[in-house]
Amino acid sequence: MSEVASLNAVEVAYPGRGTVLGPFDLALPEGEIVALVGPSGCGKSTALRLLAGLEQPTAGTVTRTPERGQTAVVFQAPTLMPWADATTNVALPLELAGMAKAKAQDQAREALKAVGLENAIGSKPAQLSGGMAMRVSLARALVTRPRLLLLDEPFAALDEITRRNLADDIHRLWDQTRPAVVFVTHNVEEAAYMAQRVVVMSANPGKIAGQTTIEAPLPRPPGFRTSEVFRNAAEDVSRDLAKAMGHIQ
Amino acid sequence: MSRTLETLAPILLVAVLLGLWETACRLTGVPAYFLPAPSAVAAAMAQDWALLLGSAWKTLSTALLALAFASLIACSLALIISTNRLLEKAVQPLAVALQVTPVVAIAPQVVIWAGLAHPDRAIISLAVIVAFFPIFSGALTGLKSTDPDLERLFDLYGATPWQKLQRLRIPSATPFILEGHKVAGGLAVIGAVVAEFVAGSGGSQGLAWRILESSNRLQTAKTFAAVIVLSLMGALLHAVLQASEQAILRRFRGR
Ligand SMILES: Nc1ncnc2c1ncn2[C@@H]1O[C@H](COP(=O)(O)OP(=O)(O)OP(=O)(O)O)[C@@H](O)[C@H]1O
Ligand SMILES: [Mg+2]
Repeated sequence: MSEVASLNAVEVAYPGRGTVLGPFDLALPEGEIVALVGPSGCGKSTALRLLAGLEQPTAGTVTRTPERGQTAVVFQAPTLMPWADATTNVALPLELAGMAKAKAQDQAREALKAVGLENAIGSKPAQLSGGMAMRVSLARALVTRPRLLLLDEPFAALDEITRRNLADDIHRLWDQTRPAVVFVTHNVEEAAYMAQRVVVMSANPGKIAGQTTIEAPLPRPPGFRTSEVFRNAAEDVSRDLAKAMGHIQ
Repeated sequence: MSRTLETLAPILLVAVLLGLWETACRLTGVPAYFLPAPSAVAAAMAQDWALLLGSAWKTLSTALLALAFASLIACSLALIISTNRLLEKAVQPLAVALQVTPVVAIAPQVVIWAGLAHPDRAIISLAVIVAFFPIFSGALTGLKSTDPDLERLFDLYGATPWQKLQRLRIPSATPFILEGHKVAGGLAVIGAVVAEFVAGSGGSQGLAWRILESSNRLQTAKTFAAVIVLSLMGALLHAVLQASEQAILRRFRGR
């Protein structure tokens, strides 16, 4: 399978902070969902910014095949424009790419329907719940049909029920166009549920501490959370994480 | 019940204070040029209401015009400066120095520059100068206060600097700019009044001139009347600006 993007022995150093990431390798085949798990400050967001092309590494190389507009990012906060309604927020990437406003707004409304927000089309961010705002953010990421989707702790501020619903929604939407996905999380179970491959990172500087592949269909079948496969995967990831944090030498 | 009480309380307090003041004046027989009784002030107001309203309008229209000029200059300058970090760093100390200089200190010179025959020009200029800073610093802060993740998003989708300015920076700055205008409105009135005092000529005919004129003649009741009209006018302007700010923000954010 061909790669959508990859980090090859990348290192990132910040002035006065030293090397925070690397050497670090990560290859993203087409259509794969990879979860990145690791302690706070280990460089997960930094790795995501490299993959998005928003930042350059101090050493090593980044290869990216998506063209402009084919990479989408969802941040921890919904990151919506508070002055614009949901439709205008979702239409933004299309309009910035030069699409006519009416057409962009039509497609934005379609994208909002796809995430179950047909009733929030004219609502402003302040009128939405946390979960709804995150869905708007997801719709904005998907409206351009990206080949690379980068999710930086998108569920961090949400309750458990909303998280589970959104997890299944992301799988359903992913299944329509099958972009390569990187999903950053602090939650071991969430990583094992979301991804085909979980990469665990250690900190200072951020490096790969372990990888777990999960052999199970995507989207997840009903009852997957209580299955043997899921529990084993979560245990493996947990062990990697404990190692990464130095609890087991 | 408590709501009604809360509205009535300040009115009651003022009524009680006025009553005490009136009684004290009558009992002690203090001369009217030293402290006029509230009834005398009310009488002065009733007698001169047309003149006072005319002067109030003169001062208010000066302040509003100054606010409009200040808004135009401050917003354009903030826009230009926000595009260039070096420019911003260069301008900052100068702006602070000008801002902390009291308007009374520069007023006499501005009056001379404007030409002694044109006190109106000097008064407008001074009101513009004091109204400028809150709008300028509000706009500059606002233009730089965009959410960094939203910036990244715009970069990710290849937004041009113009698109970023128009669709991100200016809307982000709007609440700050509105706040700046609210503060500037009050300052413009103060600036206009101070400038009228310094210009000190009958040419202006604003409220400050009414105060100067009556106090020079020891018509203290008239002075009080003018001061009361001035503070009522300031309060009204503040209330209008506050209400407009709230209304615009509510539309802006959808609640
Ligand atoms: N622009 C920057 N300048 C200096 N240091 C930075 C910068 N950006 C990130 N860092 C540092 O790099 C390290 C990695 O940051 P990063 O945000 O990638 O971590 P993270 O794994 O995403 O953490 P979290 O789980 O808390 O989001 C941190 O120690 C952070 O302080
Ligand atoms: Mg992070």
